[in-house]
Amino acid sequence: MSVINYILEHYAEMLQRVMEHVFLAGVSVLIACVIGIPVGFMVTNNKRLSAIVINIANIIQTIPSLALFAFAIPVFGVGAKPAIFALSLYALLPIIKNTLIGINNVDPAIIEAARGMGMSTGQIMFKVEVPLAISVIMGGVRIATVTSIGIATIAVLIGAGGLGQVIYQGISMMDYDMIFAGAFFSALLALIVDYLLGIVEKHLTSEGIVNNTKV
Amino acid sequence: MIHLEQVVKSYDQQVNIVDNLDLRIHKGEFVVLVGESGCGKTTTMKMINRLIEPTRGKVLINGEDISRVDGNELRRNIGYVIQNVGLLPHLSIEKNIATVPLLCGKDEVEVNKKVAELLEMIELPAEEYAQRYPRELSGGQQQRVGVARALANDPDIILMDEPFSALDPLTREQLQDELLKLQDELHKTIVFVTHDIDEALKLGDRIAVMQGGKILQYAEPEELLKNPLNEFVENFVGKDRLWKTPDMLKAEDIMSRRVVKIAPNRSVVYAIELMKEHGVRELLVVEGSRLLGVVGSNRIKGTGDTRIKMRDIMKVDIVKVPRDMCLVEVLNIRKERKVAYISVLDEQEKIVGIITDTSILNVLTDIVPEMEEY
Repeated sequence: MSVINYILEHYAEMLQRVMEHVFLAGVSVLIACVIGIPVGFMVTNNKRLSAIVINIANIIQTIPSLALFAFAIPVFGVGAKPAIFALSLYALLPIIKNTLIGINNVDPAIIEAARGMGMSTGQIMFKVEVPLAISVIMGGVRIATVTSIGIATIAVLIGAGGLGQVIYQGISMMDYDMIFAGAFFSALLALIVDYLLGIVEKHLTSEGIVNNTKV
Repeated sequence: MIHLEQVVKSYDQQVNIVDNLDLRIHKGEFVVLVGESGCGKTTTMKMINRLIEPTRGKVLINGEDISRVDGNELRRNIGYVIQNVGLLPHLSIEKNIATVPLLCGKDEVEVNKKVAELLEMIELPAEEYAQRYPRELSGGQQQRVGVARALANDPDIILMDEPFSALDPLTREQLQDELLKLQDELHKTIVFVTHDIDEALKLGDRIAVMQGGKILQYAEPEELLKNPLNEFVENFVGKDRLWKTPDMLKAEDIMSRRVVKIAPNRSVVYAIELMKEHGVRELLVVEGSRLLGVVGSNRIKGTGDTRIKMRDIMKVDIVKVPRDMCLVEVLNIRKERKVAYISVLDEQEKIVGIITDTSILNVLTDIVPEMEEY
């Protein structure tokens, strides 16, 4: 019960931390989408290139997040910038990977028929591949978003704020209510955002495609 | 209309998938390319809409070299149906059919009218099917939509790459019949690829039997059955197929072409001479160009009387049939009318042959499957 009391008492601060957190994760995922989805599309037709890209993304993923945040400081200083840089890099892998999988999963017969009907490469991409791959691509975006919200709590160590701030303060003050409040909001945020993205995904996916991904 | 000139396709320097191929397809003709897998039939077809570019040689459509035309533009004006249908799963049936005309920027109202017409034609009523998605349709229905989609932009040419081979036999047969019916109305130029000789014989106006990137024989189905160019074609078509499909046999195939004529006032002695000379057993009694009757050797025997003329002993109940009447019909006429001779006339009413017991027997002996097969 004391947790609820804590949240009610620090209502304004909590809201501000949540907004910071949304900003960090949101901007990072957006950047990762802008880079990752086109990259995924570009390398689909080239097996070797797509293997290289996936490997690079995999390697980035293996770098411990704490270290990656630290590496970003000499370049971007402290604050939100290095945090967004590191979070974007983490978000890249699921987005590129799912874009690749989504497009590779499009039935070659459909592409052949589209070519045979006289669609240009661009038309095939936007009228066939994107609509058919969209649910898989969106799946990648959702994974990236949820992980980003989680990892963003560590960004407090490089002065980026967010819900990590609440948790970190709680740890240093041995205030379990505070730790719990931060963790609770972080988890809640991840669930809500994932749910909202699920609705977006559903709207972007044609009824004609059997959708296996659960919202 | 479509003309392939010395076309070669090779993926490396050694093997020619398509090897110096010449093919002429007339307007409104239904041509089937048939052969075993790897014979180059699909490659040949895909060079017509430039999904594959020839290594050497030219493809002309209406006299125009298609390598000078924009590939996408060309393909929008050639219908294309493939084995795996390839409907766009995220679009409704209606939108699938409308794809190509809309790509070409045609008026949407016009296109919708056309789509409704086509749905009507393939017997999938628009009220029920227009808004459905491909996955909600059976395989046969999907391929019907595939055909409708190929027709949507009113192309003169339609390419079909084994469109029915993934369907169950019953549906396949049904779609083949429907396609023939459509073609009767639309008279498109169709190039159809299949490995199934039965399908080829059923559908094609002309059939090109292919092997090793070459066309071995390019002929009408009847010709292919009756006069296979070589052993490969004969085996591929099936040696005993003619026997199984007697409707492919026409009156002219079972007639004797050795027609010996005699005037009605000639004597028996002269008739015997003529028969011996030409090695025939029947003589046609003709006055001018008019057929009066037939005299068989059995009628002549036993009549030593030289005063008896042909007109006295000839059989006059001669049935005349056109030369393209099918065997079954001819046999029925023989049975019903109880006639021994049937004369076969060409389009100018000229006698080209005569059907007798012997001539039928000769043909049957030729086409009966070899004994050891049974």
